[in-house]
Amino acid sequence: MEDTTKSPNAKSPTTSTQPAAAKSGFAQPRVLVLRSPGANCDEETQYAFNLAGGNAERIHVNRVLENPAVLDEFQILCIPGGFSYGDDVSAGKILGSQLEYRLGDALQAFKQRDTLALGICNGFQVLLKSGLLTTEGESSPPGTLTWNTSGRYEDRWTRLRVAGETCVFLQGMQEMEFPIAHAEGRFLPRDRAKLDAMEAAGQLPLRYIARHGKPGDEVNYPDNPNGSVAEIAGVCDVTGRVFGLMPHPERFIDATQHPQWTRKFDSRDLDNFPPGDGLAIFENAVRYFA
Amino acid sequence: MLFEVDLYPRAGQPDRLAADVTFAARDLGIAENLQVAAARGFLLSGELSAADVDRATQLLLCDAVVEAPNIALPGDDVLQQPPQDSNAAQLFKDATPTLVNVLHKPGVMDPVAGSTAQALRDLGLVIEDVRTLRKYWISGVDESALEQLCRRVLANDAIEQVKIGPLQIDRLDIGQPYDFELVSVPIRNLSDDELMQLSRSGQLYLSLAEMQTIQQRFRELDREPTDIELESIAQTWSEHCSHKTLKGRIAYRDERAERNFQNMLKETIFATTQEIRRRLGKDDWCVSVFEDNAGVVKFDDQHHVTFKVETHNHPSALEPYGGANTGLGGVIRDTLGTGLGAKPVCSTDVFCFAPPDTPADQLPQGVLHPKRVMQGVVSGVRDYGNRMGIPTVNGAICFDPRYIGNPLVYCGNVGLLPHDMAFGEAAEGDLIVAVGGRTGRDGIHGATFSSAELTSESEELSGGAVQIGNAITEKMVADVVLQARDQGLFTAITDCGAGGFSSAVGEMGEKIGAEVNLEQAPLKYAGLSYTEIWISEAQERMVLAVPEENWAALAQLCASESVEATVIGRFVPSGKLTLRYEGETVGELDMQFLHDGRPPVVREAHYQPTTPDAVTFASPNGTDQTQTLLDILGSLNVASKECVIRQYDHEVQAGSVIKPLVGVADDGPGDAAVVRPVISSQRGIVIGCGINPHYGDFDTYDMAASAIDEAVRNCVAVGADPERIALLDNFCWGNTDRPEQLGSLVRAAIACQEVALELGCPFISGKDSLNNEFRYEDGDGNQQSIIIPPTLLISAIGQIADARRAVTMDLKQPESLLYLVGLTRNELGGSHYSLVTNGSGGIAPTVDAKAAHRTFARVHAAINAGLIRACHDLSEGGLAVAAAEMAFAGGCGAKLSLASVANNSADWEEAAIAHAETILLFSESNTRFLCEVRREHAAEFEQALAGVPHTLVGETQASLQVRIHGLRDGELKSEPDYDARLVIDANLPDLKAAWQSPLKW
Repeated sequence: MEDTTKSPNAKSPTTSTQPAAAKSGFAQPRVLVLRSPGANCDEETQYAFNLAGGNAERIHVNRVLENPAVLDEFQILCIPGGFSYGDDVSAGKILGSQLEYRLGDALQAFKQRDTLALGICNGFQVLLKSGLLTTEGESSPPGTLTWNTSGRYEDRWTRLRVAGETCVFLQGMQEMEFPIAHAEGRFLPRDRAKLDAMEAAGQLPLRYIARHGKPGDEVNYPDNPNGSVAEIAGVCDVTGRVFGLMPHPERFIDATQHPQWTRKFDSRDLDNFPPGDGLAIFENAVRYFA
Repeated sequence: MLFEVDLYPRAGQPDRLAADVTFAARDLGIAENLQVAAARGFLLSGELSAADVDRATQLLLCDAVVEAPNIALPGDDVLQQPPQDSNAAQLFKDATPTLVNVLHKPGVMDPVAGSTAQALRDLGLVIEDVRTLRKYWISGVDESALEQLCRRVLANDAIEQVKIGPLQIDRLDIGQPYDFELVSVPIRNLSDDELMQLSRSGQLYLSLAEMQTIQQRFRELDREPTDIELESIAQTWSEHCSHKTLKGRIAYRDERAERNFQNMLKETIFATTQEIRRRLGKDDWCVSVFEDNAGVVKFDDQHHVTFKVETHNHPSALEPYGGANTGLGGVIRDTLGTGLGAKPVCSTDVFCFAPPDTPADQLPQGVLHPKRVMQGVVSGVRDYGNRMGIPTVNGAICFDPRYIGNPLVYCGNVGLLPHDMAFGEAAEGDLIVAVGGRTGRDGIHGATFSSAELTSESEELSGGAVQIGNAITEKMVADVVLQARDQGLFTAITDCGAGGFSSAVGEMGEKIGAEVNLEQAPLKYAGLSYTEIWISEAQERMVLAVPEENWAALAQLCASESVEATVIGRFVPSGKLTLRYEGETVGELDMQFLHDGRPPVVREAHYQPTTPDAVTFASPNGTDQTQTLLDILGSLNVASKECVIRQYDHEVQAGSVIKPLVGVADDGPGDAAVVRPVISSQRGIVIGCGINPHYGDFDTYDMAASAIDEAVRNCVAVGADPERIALLDNFCWGNTDRPEQLGSLVRAAIACQEVALELGCPFISGKDSLNNEFRYEDGDGNQQSIIIPPTLLISAIGQIADARRAVTMDLKQPESLLYLVGLTRNELGGSHYSLVTNGSGGIAPTVDAKAAHRTFARVHAAINAGLIRACHDLSEGGLAVAAAEMAFAGGCGAKLSLASVANNSADWEEAAIAHAETILLFSESNTRFLCEVRREHAAEFEQALAGVPHTLVGETQASLQVRIHGLRDGELKSEPDYDARLVIDANLPDLKAAWQSPLKW
């Protein structure tokens, strides 16, 4: 694989966050961060996986199309954020179709191997539109991600809560803050029955909550930044091993990425800059293979 | 077969396209009875059956949860009916709507169509071509309102066409085969008048002296030039490409002295950089200045950073979306084309518009409404930057009615460049390789057009100069270019910008010689002449010099990521530019004549300073200063730009550490951006800018000095090291053929020279855009001309050793102390106080550069020592605005006293008390900061600031108010006097609302 890019050196002297996953015992899972024309969060996503103790490589979708057996070498597939194929037609649609119609069998085989798949932002849109989040025996995806009710692309921070314990990536997590940056992130279930079924199966594990309010407060725009039904920020399959989310956990692995870090931390105490909330998602993925 | 697939919003789903139209129609005053429904559609041609198209729709085109498809042959009745199962059925139950189809004009870039065609082929369909369209069903407007709606809202003439009623179309193919015919242009026997006639009609926009030089040259050669030769010379000699005015001979005089420049820029701005580098000696941190596509400075032990800011004013005036889109796309290619290719890491944008509330009936003929310009420009920058995955982290928006015909669009980009990749040079024998997008008819004559004035007819004359970008193509190009760079596959790289291949190949081969086979260039469609291929400004193209032995590897790399790369020629040691089409020589020019043959431009420049009038104060006594503060916060230049900033991805690449919006609710106005370009390192770059066209109405020297001070102090305020700040200049001016226009520009350049030298901040790159004037005929048939105010943008790139020491402007906690650093003077000329009170007079803020240098160093030392919790620079609206912004951004109140401010002020003592208070509250004197300091750090802070003016002016408090106490008659205190009466008393929610409401779209 010519275009495999090695991990950035996480141990440069000025690094504030050290690899947090235990360096002991278990084998490092190999992570395939899927590049595509227009993917643009692949480098920071690779970095986050490596910081969490994984062994992540960025590989162009053309390599996988040429040789689907590439997937056999990996334990985790991650489709990063960006604008795959420009989001032309609709967000994630063209790459989703490629995965479904040209790599369908290979991806189903990958899924059967007790592997993990993560889609972030555009990657979530791709996962959904590729059928990887479609329940076995059903003919269509559980819903769609469509235009934000605000009608525009927005970049803002959101607060989230974890619902249920199905999702492998969210184990042990409760509340967190991540930024969103998208135009088409409003989750609409296919119908009411599907929504109820997903809720019952623990497939709606991540919800937007009020950023500055109390638990139980109504969640309005901009706390629910896109108008998603039931404040859905992420969806997993029934196994909890395939997970897509609109917010960007890879953009919050270091304290300084939080928009209010200058209010929380003191530059006179540089040892006291904790990692960001997002690192735990990547650590959970790595730990699954411990 | 040609099929049309329309996709309607399902019942209950928002009709976004229709909502946009209704919104825009409101500004035109024709929304009252307007009903609109809309759909998006595709035209698919190929060997297709109806079943194929159904399949394509189901698998790819339609999102069935939110959309309903409607498929038929174009022109079929079912495609004219507003869809029965959508919201539209209800909408038109009483009226038959008019159907308006909007399509791209043939040959205009349509990125969605291209990728849709490819995706459909991937599904096994035999597709020839795809086009996209939008459909609108409209009722409730008369014919003239409908015409207005079509022209101003639904479509832009420059790139789109409108078809009312059924779409009668049965094929999509465009382009006719091209029959080669060599065109020569008789020039040797033309009179001077005829030469100028040719210059205009050929859109060469060259001066008589230049035309005469060309004529003389071809008389010597004893032949007529070909069209491609004339075009090559015009491109290379254009103002846009050669900056001939500012690099020309200028005889300048102002009230102080006369100066005769041989090369104005070289002797002012470049000279300062050379002097700073000389002083730094072995500690010089500049790498490459004013020679490459961007300026380059040292960053860390492995990387340099690059910075370039471009203008894209003329295209944005005609087609705001496409103009701004390709403006950002172009400056990103400048980064990719610097050294052996830098990685783009963040972008900046600065815009100048006429006020968005300008009444539609006051627009001169031929200009777009400023609100539409603004929305188009913002969308264009948004879509390019977000798609490329480059965060837009810093910017500004200025408003002035004089930008009505010439909006200004500055786009900047910062790159990261490994140390050993800082320089490239094409070698003899290298192949000339075009990488990226195909060549089409877009953007013909952009370089020469942008060097001319706009008129009310420009829209028709130069529609071809408008380009539309395709960010994903450029992202793909960037991906392969950076890999090819790291594999050492090429020796030099540059971008195809203004002038297309003509400029790119001409520049790269300047010192060698080049042969180009124009028929080799891949085309978007047939029918381009050899000259069109050569000067097309089609986007997303880079030119690489590739040693023959590396060609196979480069071709394979590009193919592996579906990027097109084509050999179009070779660099040969001929000293000539040789152009061929299918074996026939169509042009041959000496490189030396092309690059050095232009006669020098010689200009006169005068500057006559105006005698300052006394400043007018709103009223001598009892002024409601709180209301004035609210008015300034709500003025367009100061008001929150959140509606714009939120649409930009300012966090992709995960390096944005100080974001454009800061504070307890992520909505306060940050001073400068801090970005960590290397994800594993805490070393940061700091990006700030300074621009204030209002000061230029008083004195362009002070305007330039103030812009530099502002750009630098923005960077210092967040923690940048003032010894490591580099500057960029972008001059946008009116027609500099007039001595007074050029005089005001030269005066600004002299200010840049003098102030930057004192500050030790080198200029590393710059660009100018002249002739920003708009000519039109008013209602009475009189010729009118609107000249933009002289507008200098200074962009600054600083560095911070550890981003964790950065500071934001939001107040952090109650019970802290507030210090004002710097001297307050009676400088209300061009201020926002004058703007909101309709005042005039006074003097514009000046810069004491020596004092500024000292002040920046001390403030930085205090930040670096962790002594400052919040720091905000004082700019538009002065102390009162800074205090209010810090308070509402932090959700923390503050009380201040003017008594001790007065103690650190100059020139105000003569004024009456009420006027003195106005000066202290609202003067926009430079080099000032308001700092929040913990009580326990007061002594350390004061020690750190020793030697520069600083004074305790207030404290933070838990109550959500900003209260500023005034002066007492005849009494000067050195400490805050909280018993004096209040001159400002406002609640934070009111202040914030005033600031947020004007541009909350």
